[in-house]
Amino acid sequence: MTEYVANPAHDIVESVYRADSRRVLATLIRLLRDFDLAEEAMHEAFAAAVEQWPREGVPNNPRAWLVSTGRFKAIDRIRRRARFDVSFEEIAEQIEDLPADEREADHEGVDDDRLRLVFTCCHPVLIPDAQVALTLREVCGLTTEEIARAYLVTPSTIAQRIVRAKSKIREARIPYEVPGRTQLADRLESVLRVIYLVFNEGYLASSGGTLTRHDLSAEAIRLGRLLVELLPEPDVVGLLALMLLHDARRAARTSESGELVLLDQQDRQLWNRDEIADASKLVERALSSHGFGAYTLQAAIAALHAEAPSAEATDWAQIVALYDVMLRSDPSPVVELNRAVALAMRDGPAVGLAVVDQLLDGGGLEDYRLAHAARADLCRRLGLASEAQASYRRALNLTQQAMERRFIERRLAELEK
Amino acid sequence: MKYLCLICAETWMEKMPEDERGRHFDEYREFTDDIRRTGNLVAVNRLQPPDRATTVRVRNGKVSTTDGPYAETKEQFGGYYVIETRDLNEALRIASRIPGARYGSVEVRPIAEDAQTLGSLGLGTATTPR
Repeated sequence: MTEYVANPAHDIVESVYRADSRRVLATLIRLLRDFDLAEEAMHEAFAAAVEQWPREGVPNNPRAWLVSTGRFKAIDRIRRRARFDVSFEEIAEQIEDLPADEREADHEGVDDDRLRLVFTCCHPVLIPDAQVALTLREVCGLTTEEIARAYLVTPSTIAQRIVRAKSKIREARIPYEVPGRTQLADRLESVLRVIYLVFNEGYLASSGGTLTRHDLSAEAIRLGRLLVELLPEPDVVGLLALMLLHDARRAARTSESGELVLLDQQDRQLWNRDEIADASKLVERALSSHGFGAYTLQAAIAALHAEAPSAEATDWAQIVALYDVMLRSDPSPVVELNRAVALAMRDGPAVGLAVVDQLLDGGGLEDYRLAHAARADLCRRLGLASEAQASYRRALNLTQQAMERRFIERRLAELEK
Repeated sequence: MKYLCLICAETWMEKMPEDERGRHFDEYREFTDDIRRTGNLVAVNRLQPPDRATTVRVRNGKVSTTDGPYAETKEQFGGYYVIETRDLNEALRIASRIPGARYGSVEVRPIAEDAQTLGSLGLGTATTPR
């Protein structure tokens, strides 16, 4: 700590760490075939950079320097262990024997490594909680403490999930690779689900600590952008658009006193127009490419909302049509419910109510709070006060989230007047 | 890397009607031949039903035996494959083709082949200094 003067080489190490530590890690995991070993090697490489760069100058290709330094440090470390356990000797030889072209850290190779890392962290043989924790830790570089704070659990819970996942990757030999064409769609689905889970955890803020939870949404959007850059499949683009469109409305979703504001009541001046414009372009791009899926359709619907000057002036016919497309490829009662709500906006609440009642009779939605809340709202608009109250009460019984509960209670109070 | 694929199926082949049972055996023969050809097959066997099992315990030097399986569950092991593959992805692709996976489920367990395990079992030479 003696030379705490402004030192350009120090600053460069720091900025390289911020920009490239995940890339370096991703390549080291491939070269060393072990997450923990790669992490140690990366930290040793950066420590060496802090020491050497101010003295010897910054190398031409800092990232390649870090990868190769990390690799040598790891081989040294394994050789030291090999003195006590010969089985490490074999590992060291395997790592040293890698052909030079596999060791290279050129731009394209590095991008592949980052994708390998994403697909490995989101491998469907890991439990979803572990996929999320591992992705935030390894791909986003969040600390265990940061992840724990965001998910309101103890750091040891998160640490345990990560340790378990890493040991399964190592011991069951989950390959470090980007899946081939035939597997890609399935495996990508799991990656997109992880990203959307992280986003929703931040966006829906189930309780407390809203600030750190906002970070989770930002982290998910960053992941989405990374994936669009590395693997611009239609639904990858669609998911990024969807997240941006939700995020654009963030400021309008809650009132100053922290109360929930529904879409039709939101102050559209508060919506982030730049984000909406970006997202709309992405939606068009995804819709015009072959093979888009559910995320793109959801984004297209969200874009229609975002572009409308008011709830009444929204293109509800188009929204109903998009839900129809969604139902054809992936039927679900929740999508039917959303379609019914859009239908009510297009053809009036009575038409919507008939469909919602049919859906509730059909089963599958009795315990879904939003089905009862939707029914309540339609009854309220039709002036059926007691029916509306009954449905709001039903919804209230099924709702845990504090902000949503207060919203329903307000509606109930209004109906009693 | 070797993996043990444990087949858990509720319906026992013994209870199947004759023709269905024949078809089931045919499917197994075809699948087994196939992974033998590709070099992934290490071992395979069908197990007799759990009511023919005996569980052995030794406590304080005294051997006790009880009739039946160690754990009474609805799903029982009906057979197993030991396969050798490059990684878990390939193992799961093969396991998903085991006919029993369509009726019950298949548990895929990596087989421990670290130096210590192999050495203590007298298999392999990994612990001998070179």
